[in-house]
Amino acid sequence: MIRVQNLTKTFGEVRAVDGVSFSIGEGEIVGFLGPNGAGKTTTLRVLTCYLPATSGSASVAGHDVFSDSMAVRRLVGYLPENTPLDGQMRCREYLNFRGKIRGLGRGVRESAIKRVIELCWLGDFIDRPIHQLSKGMRQRVGLADALLHDPKVLILDEPTIGLDPTQIRETRNLIRDLARRHTVLLSSHILPEVEATCERTIIIAGGRIVASGSPEELKERILGGSQLIAEISGPAKDVTKAVASLDGVHKVEGGADDGWQRLRIEPKKGCDPREAIFKVVKAKGWGLRELRLEVGSLEEFFVQITAKQAEEQRSEKREVRS
Amino acid sequence: MIRNVAALTQRELATNFLSPVAYVVAAVFLVATGHLFMGSTLVEGEEASLRSMLDSMAWLLVFALPLLTMRVLSDEFASGTIETLMTAPVTDVEVVIGKFLGVYVMYLGLLATTLVHVVLLSAYGATDAGVLILGYLGMILLGAFYVAVGVFASALTRHQLVAAIVGILILAVLTLVVDALAGWYSGSWRSVLAYVNVLHHFQDFSKGIFDTKSLFFFLSGTAFFLFLAVKALESRRWR
Repeated sequence: MIRVQNLTKTFGEVRAVDGVSFSIGEGEIVGFLGPNGAGKTTTLRVLTCYLPATSGSASVAGHDVFSDSMAVRRLVGYLPENTPLDGQMRCREYLNFRGKIRGLGRGVRESAIKRVIELCWLGDFIDRPIHQLSKGMRQRVGLADALLHDPKVLILDEPTIGLDPTQIRETRNLIRDLARRHTVLLSSHILPEVEATCERTIIIAGGRIVASGSPEELKERILGGSQLIAEISGPAKDVTKAVASLDGVHKVEGGADDGWQRLRIEPKKGCDPREAIFKVVKAKGWGLRELRLEVGSLEEFFVQITAKQAEEQRSEKREVRS
Repeated sequence: MIRNVAALTQRELATNFLSPVAYVVAAVFLVATGHLFMGSTLVEGEEASLRSMLDSMAWLLVFALPLLTMRVLSDEFASGTIETLMTAPVTDVEVVIGKFLGVYVMYLGLLATTLVHVVLLSAYGATDAGVLILGYLGMILLGAFYVAVGVFASALTRHQLVAAIVGILILAVLTLVVDALAGWYSGSWRSVLAYVNVLHHFQDFSKGIFDTKSLFFFLSGTAFFLFLAVKALESRRWR
């Protein structure tokens, strides 16, 4: 449904998006995750025909965003960052206007407005001027606008920013419901949000894609780097040796601490040797006061790669300067 | 095409009626034209034509119309709504024409209210219908040109005030400044300056002369500035 190939966008000297490629199938719901300034909004703006790419290409349902822009615009429902709305109009007038410029006839328009009022809970303030609405209400009006023409593809830029926790949960549920009938691409800099709503995550930092996959896949990648912590009382050498010789243990590092050996154990990929460790300890008659798996969270992973990216960029800049 | 333009024009008009600036400009315009009419036309012994009132209106509008047009695109840039607009299936040309018509229709409404002076004048004197009609045709053409310049100025910047000043400056150059400069030059420069002088062309109409050269000047000038506005709008994307 969405295909992006080698997309690059520069603003003067700044490379906001740098050779990004990905594709999204029909009915998929994909999260675009990255810290602020990573190039998420720019990528989405290219996809929605707001900005032309510097190089590379992007297409929606086979229509190129540059050469066949009107077809793309008809297919896409877009909620821009910060939900810009015409404050002087009333909600209903605004939606009516938006329906008109999307070429919806009167009858279709009326039923479409009725549909989005229900879908986005606009009933309470549909006849109020937009400038009187709270941030959360505005967000819902923006979403209603994006859904008005029942688009095949929904592109949402930070859809829950500025909402309160209840509204965030409601919006997430709404997006998940929508995903059944639409292809959804949403951006966020908040990880749990993407984790909670999306089937697939594309992590972007410094204008480049640094990782992508389902939350499970990403977790697995992280799990590869997870560690076991064990505290065992016994002769230091024997304890380390016994644990290291176990199946499923890759590496052991340890330090003594008043008779207790605190071990950091790196398991082999896909192995969980906790039970084996317990059995060994029991067989030898040693003491055990801690045994746990330290799972790296997606959060940590995210922080790690984005920090790495930022560091690389900084050193690149230093090189350029020197 | 037509449906999109109509939708945009309609919205623009609605926004105009919600905007305090539009009311202030309309009020000042009407007070000023009323004053001009009472002071210079509805005087015993004067000729029964609106020529002096229309001539004065023509330069008054140099300042009034950019105040009505300053909002049209600048406000979209400033509030970010340009993003929702330009990602909807509307072309840049449709947006510019829609914005243009939104203000232009408002202007025609304002102009229509000055017809009350025509009624008053006919009640007190013998008017020449042909001259009046040509005078109003001149106002209709002049207004289109001014609004096009204003829309262009608004397409250049996100600051409404800057848009107004740029619009007034362009119009001032094409009216008052070229008029003053024409006095200093002679030969071909002088004829160039005379040709771009908007008031010069307008005065043909207000005198009751129908010159196709002037008609062409207003129509092509309007189209030219609308074209520039489309280009300015397009260029924002490449920055």
